[in-house]
Amino acid sequence: MFNEISVVFGRQMRQLVRNPVWVFFGLTQPILYLVLFGPLLKNLRGGGLGGDASWSVFVPGLLLQLAIFTGGFAGFGIIQELREGVVDRQRVTPAHRSSLIIGRTLTNVVTIGVQASILVLVAVPFGLRPSWGGAFASVALVCLLALGLASASYAMGLILKDEDSFAPFVQGVTLPLLLLSGVLLPMALAPRWLRWLSQANPLSYLVDAARALFAGDFGDRDVWLGIAVTAALSVFLTWWGSRTFRRTSA
Amino acid sequence: MIHARGLTRAFRTKAGPVTAVAGIDLDVAPGEIVGLLGPNGAGKTTTLRMLTTLLPLTAGTATVAGADLRTAPREVRRRIGYVAQIGAAPAPGTRLGEELIAQARLQGLSKADAAARLAELAPRLDLAGLEQRALSELSGGQRRRFDVALGLMHRPQLVFLDEPTTGLDPQSRANLWQHIRSLRDEHGATVVLTTHYLDEADALADRILVMDHGKIVADDTPDALKRRVSGDVITVRVKGGLAESEQAARGAVDVRDVHHHEDTLLITVDDGDTALAPLLRALDAAGVGLMAVSVSRPTLDDVFLTLTGRSLREDDVA
Repeated sequence: MFNEISVVFGRQMRQLVRNPVWVFFGLTQPILYLVLFGPLLKNLRGGGLGGDASWSVFVPGLLLQLAIFTGGFAGFGIIQELREGVVDRQRVTPAHRSSLIIGRTLTNVVTIGVQASILVLVAVPFGLRPSWGGAFASVALVCLLALGLASASYAMGLILKDEDSFAPFVQGVTLPLLLLSGVLLPMALAPRWLRWLSQANPLSYLVDAARALFAGDFGDRDVWLGIAVTAALSVFLTWWGSRTFRRTSA
Repeated sequence: MIHARGLTRAFRTKAGPVTAVAGIDLDVAPGEIVGLLGPNGAGKTTTLRMLTTLLPLTAGTATVAGADLRTAPREVRRRIGYVAQIGAAPAPGTRLGEELIAQARLQGLSKADAAARLAELAPRLDLAGLEQRALSELSGGQRRRFDVALGLMHRPQLVFLDEPTTGLDPQSRANLWQHIRSLRDEHGATVVLTTHYLDEADALADRILVMDHGKIVADDTPDALKRRVSGDVITVRVKGGLAESEQAARGAVDVRDVHHHEDTLLITVDDGDTALAPLLRALDAAGVGLMAVSVSRPTLDDVFLTLTGRSLREDDVA
């Protein structure tokens, strides 16, 4: 199974390395937010905002946005592969169905890892002064989430089978999840009903954990809760993705 | 090599359930080349996708290459090769040699075996020297031979080909036919292929299964099928004397049917090649002035029309 994963991963990585433009394409939106929206937060007060500390609140949100964008749209790739016949051709081999999907999601994890690191470094000249250990742990946590998100996205790609229904679906799911996790502004500023909704969103816990990590509060309850929720979500989505890969008759 | 009973596949659609394959029985002996022939939507591809484990059966049982399709799909996959219908344009960043090796490794070959197999197979399919070529830069014929190679890397004993030559120019088609024949003749593989071209089934298959509306409506050798279905047509243009010509023709050979059309006589016989000489001698003896003679074999349209009462063309438009 390890061999199978590495064969699929190697195949996808070769394609990515030969067309690295996608890595940068995924970065444009978070970087625009960083440059054109982030500076506004310096002059706000409340919810941990204010001055350069704002960056340690805002950048973790952007990391989540990045993971959701790149991971969520991973399924676009598999729709093309369905049309090309690559998915069928791999499914008639004795390889494990889970290898076929994990090999692919690992490519997305690498992409998001690279993008997240670039994003953190770009924020430094604007005034980001994170706990570096915490920033590193946050990038790792976002990669873990990306593993599950990409699996789910591939599964949805296989189910929907065409870009015209896939794009609105991903947009429709990710935008509320993104807003409800307090990526732009902390949920501490929210009215009570909005805060409740946010608590029902598993991604909120990741943002809270990453903010605590950026601030260097490794022992914070948010950190462990965020890691646990993200790991559980990722395991569940990967399982669901593999199961769909096995069952869907494309 | 294949024993299938009551193979059925139903799909749910918005308009209600659709039975794509309606309980077919199928037997293929080792070393046979079998052609599944039929119009679009007849259930050929669905049948192939069930036999290759890509689609679960709605009902029925099948043993493929010695393994049970329902209980041991992985074992089936290990033993079969599958060449799908031609797909969309390949993504950039994929290269022929790498793709074949990746496929072989998923089929269970080691790195070294996969490389050795590539070196052996590429020249056989006229792909030698193209290993570094991007898939997006292959010609139609090269792309199809690459597709065939994908299905052969692990030396399967049973190979399924779904419309192997659709969209190819005549030269590439003939070339690919040769490669498909060599699968059996030189490597002892059993081959099952789908096609909607009669000439393709005729050129390749030992046996043709004609499918329509999810059922097998005929199962025979290509020659027997064509003879049984409509016979050959000998077209004779004469200088007057159509009635005498018809009489002479009926006296000379075993005629199934005769039609007149202006100065032309259309004579349907079982085997045009053997009927031609006695027919011409008789017409000559009757003093009929011959202007032109031709023999035509039945087309898929003729075969189909006789078997199903519908023309294949109408079906393609629908």
